[in-house]
Amino acid sequence: MAEPMLAVRGVATFYGAIQALHGVDLDVAKGEIVTLIGANGAGKSTLLMTICGNPRARAGAITLDGEDITNLATHEIVRRGVAQVPEGRRIFPRMSVFENLQMGATLADPAHFQHDLERVFAMFPRLGERRDQRGGTLSGGEQQMLAIGRALMSRPRLLLLDEPSLGLAPLIVRQIFEAIGRIAREEGVTIFLVEQNAFHALRLADRGYVLANGRVRLSGAGRELLANAEVRAAYLEGGHG
Amino acid sequence: MDPRLPRMLKDAALTVLVAAALGIFIVGFRTVDVGSRTGLSFDYHFVDLGVALIVIFFGRLGLSLAATGLRWPAIALGIAMIAAGASPMKLPSGFLHWFVTLGGVLLVIRAIWPWADQAIVAAARTPTGRVIDQIGTRWLGWLLLGLAIVMPFTPFADQKTMDLGVLILTYVMLGWGLNIVVGLAGLLDLGYVAFYAVGAYTYALLSTQHGLGFWVVLPLAGMLAASFGVLLGFPVLRLRGDYLAIVTLGFGEIIRLVILNWFDLTNGPAGIGSIPGPTLFGAVFAETAPPGKQTVSEMLGIPFHGIHRLIFLYYIILLLALITNIFTQRMRRLPVGRAWEALREDETACKALGINPTNTKLTAFAVGAMFAGFAGSYFAAKQRFISPESFTFIESAIILAIVVLGGMGSQIGVVLAAVLLIGLPEWFRDLGNYRMLAFGIAMVLIMVFRPRGLIGHREPSIRLHPVAPHPVKSGGSG
Repeated sequence: MAEPMLAVRGVATFYGAIQALHGVDLDVAKGEIVTLIGANGAGKSTLLMTICGNPRARAGAITLDGEDITNLATHEIVRRGVAQVPEGRRIFPRMSVFENLQMGATLADPAHFQHDLERVFAMFPRLGERRDQRGGTLSGGEQQMLAIGRALMSRPRLLLLDEPSLGLAPLIVRQIFEAIGRIAREEGVTIFLVEQNAFHALRLADRGYVLANGRVRLSGAGRELLANAEVRAAYLEGGHG
Repeated sequence: MDPRLPRMLKDAALTVLVAAALGIFIVGFRTVDVGSRTGLSFDYHFVDLGVALIVIFFGRLGLSLAATGLRWPAIALGIAMIAAGASPMKLPSGFLHWFVTLGGVLLVIRAIWPWADQAIVAAARTPTGRVIDQIGTRWLGWLLLGLAIVMPFTPFADQKTMDLGVLILTYVMLGWGLNIVVGLAGLLDLGYVAFYAVGAYTYALLSTQHGLGFWVVLPLAGMLAASFGVLLGFPVLRLRGDYLAIVTLGFGEIIRLVILNWFDLTNGPAGIGSIPGPTLFGAVFAETAPPGKQTVSEMLGIPFHGIHRLIFLYYIILLLALITNIFTQRMRRLPVGRAWEALREDETACKALGINPTNTKLTAFAVGAMFAGFAGSYFAAKQRFISPESFTFIESAIILAIVVLGGMGSQIGVVLAAVLLIGLPEWFRDLGNYRMLAFGIAMVLIMVFRPRGLIGHREPSIRLHPVAPHPVKSGGSG
C-alpha cells in the first residue's frame, strides 16, 4: 500500500485516569472506504473523536497526508479537508435545512456554494423538499441525511462518519449506506466509517477493522471479515443486520 | 351545587391562611418614626390586610372555578370584584380600590382566556386573519419605526413623554446589543452593564478633561468597550452556562468597584459632573452659547426652547438603536452571525464544521460590548452627570429581562419588552412604591402566557400547514 491518507500509529487515549484506547494502529488510503466495527464501549467513537483532536491522544501519532495532526485543534484539522458526521447527527435543530447546509460550507469557497447545494439536494431530494423547514422537525433519517449533506458542503477529502445508522429504520439504513457508497464512488471522497451495524458496514467497505476493549482485534478486507467466524459470532448473529 | 366546591373552598381558605401568615408582618404592621424621643412605634393596618385576604380568598376560588371549567361563576365573581373596587365604598387607602379591581380584572381575563385563545386561533384561520397575520409579522417593525419617528411631533410629546421615549430607546438599544451575546450566541452575560459603564466613563473623562466632542468620542468609546469585551471573553471562553454567568457577573462588579475606588481617575462615588451634551454640527443646545460657540437656535434662526435638546437627544438614540439593529440583522446573514447562532445550538457540531469557537465567542462579546459602549457614551452625554450608582447589577438584570422576555434572539420582541418593562414602571410612577408591583405582574403575566418570550424566536419561514393546532415539538437529536 502506498503512503496512506490517514495513518493512526500506536494511539492511546485516556478519559481522566481511564484508558480507552491501547495503542491503536490503523490506515486509510486515498479513495478507500474503511470501516471500524466493534461492540458498545469498544472505543470506536473515541478513536474517531481522537482523530478529530477531541480528546487528544496521549501517546502515538496521527498523520494526514504525512502531516502530523495529533495535537491540532478540531477546527484546524477540519480545515485540512476532514469532515465529520458526528454521533447522534448533531444538526442545528432551530436552524433551517438550508441554514444547516450553509453552516457546513463555512470553510468552503463561496463560489462553489450553489453548485454544492444542488449536488446535496440531488443526492438527498428529501432535503431539497424540506429546504426551509427547521432541522429539529425532520425525521431521524432526514436528520442523518442533513448531517451527511452538511459535512459534504465543505468539500472534504476525508469523511468521518460516526454510527450513521443509529436509531434508524432498516429501510432508511439501507438508503444511508447506499448514499455513502455513492459519495465514495462518484465524489471520490475517502471514507472512514464507525459502525455497530457490522453487516451493512462490512458489505460496503473495502477494508475493515474490529475494535475490542480499545485494541484492534482483527483487520482485513470487508468481505473477508464478513465471512470470518469470530466476527460472525460476535457481531453478526446478535440480530444486527 | 358542584361536588368539587368544598374542595375549592378548602383550597381558597388554605391560600388565605398562607397569605395571612406572610402578610401580617408585611402589610399588618408598619413602623413609624414618631420623633427622636420615643423612636419607632407601630402603625396598624389590619383593615388593609383583611380586605387583601378577602380578595385573595375570592380570587383563588375564582381561579379554581375557571380551571375546572366553571367559567360563568368565575366571571361573575370577577365582575363583582371590579364593581366592589370601583364602588364609592370607604377603604383605608386608594390603592386597595386598585387592588380589588385589578384582582377582578385578572380573574375575568383568566376565565375568558380559553375562549379568547380559541377565538384568536379560529380568527387566524380565516383568510382575512391570515392576511392580517402576514401584514403583522412583516410590517409591525416598520409601523413601530414610523411611530417612533413622528412621535416628537405629536401633541403628546411633552417633556415627560419625550424623557420616557429616550429612556425606552436606550434600553431597546442595550437590549439589542445584549441580544447579540445572549440571544444569538447563547452566552449568558450578567455583567453587560460593565461595558455600558466603560462607554459612559470614556466620554465623561475625555470630554471634561480633554475637551473632545461627543461625535469624536462615540467611536472611541465603542472601541474601548469592545476591547473590554475581548478582555472578558478570554478568561470565560472555556466556561458554559452557570459558570459563565457567574464570571460575567463578577466582571460587572469588578468594573463598578474599580470605578468606585479609583478616585484619581473617576472621582469615585462623587461621580463626574458638567459633562457637555452632544452638539449638532458644532452648535450647542443652550439658551446662551459658551464663548466661541453657537447655539442651535441661533444657527437655525428659531426661538430657544428646552424641548429642542430633548428632541435632538431622542433622535440620536433612535439612530444609534437603529444602527445596532441593522448591524445585527446584517451580521445574521454573514458567516460570522450564522456561526454565533450555530454555536448557541451546538458547540461540538460547530467545531466539527471547522468553526473556531474561541474567535466566534470573542467577536460576539466584542460586538455586544461595543454597542453597550455607544449607549454608555450617549447616557453620559444625556445625563451630564454619571456616578457608579448608575451601573449596578440591577441594570444588567433589567437588560437581560428585556432580552429574555422579548423572546431570545427576536429583535421586535426586545422593543415590546422594553416598552413594557421600562415604560410600565414609569407610567405607574403615581402608584409610588406599588409600581414595582405592576412590573412584577407584567413579568408574571408574560411568563404565564408567553413562556418562550413575547415573540418566540425563529419561527420557520414556511409552514406546510397554514396553522398548526399545536406547536410542533422539536424532534430529539438522538
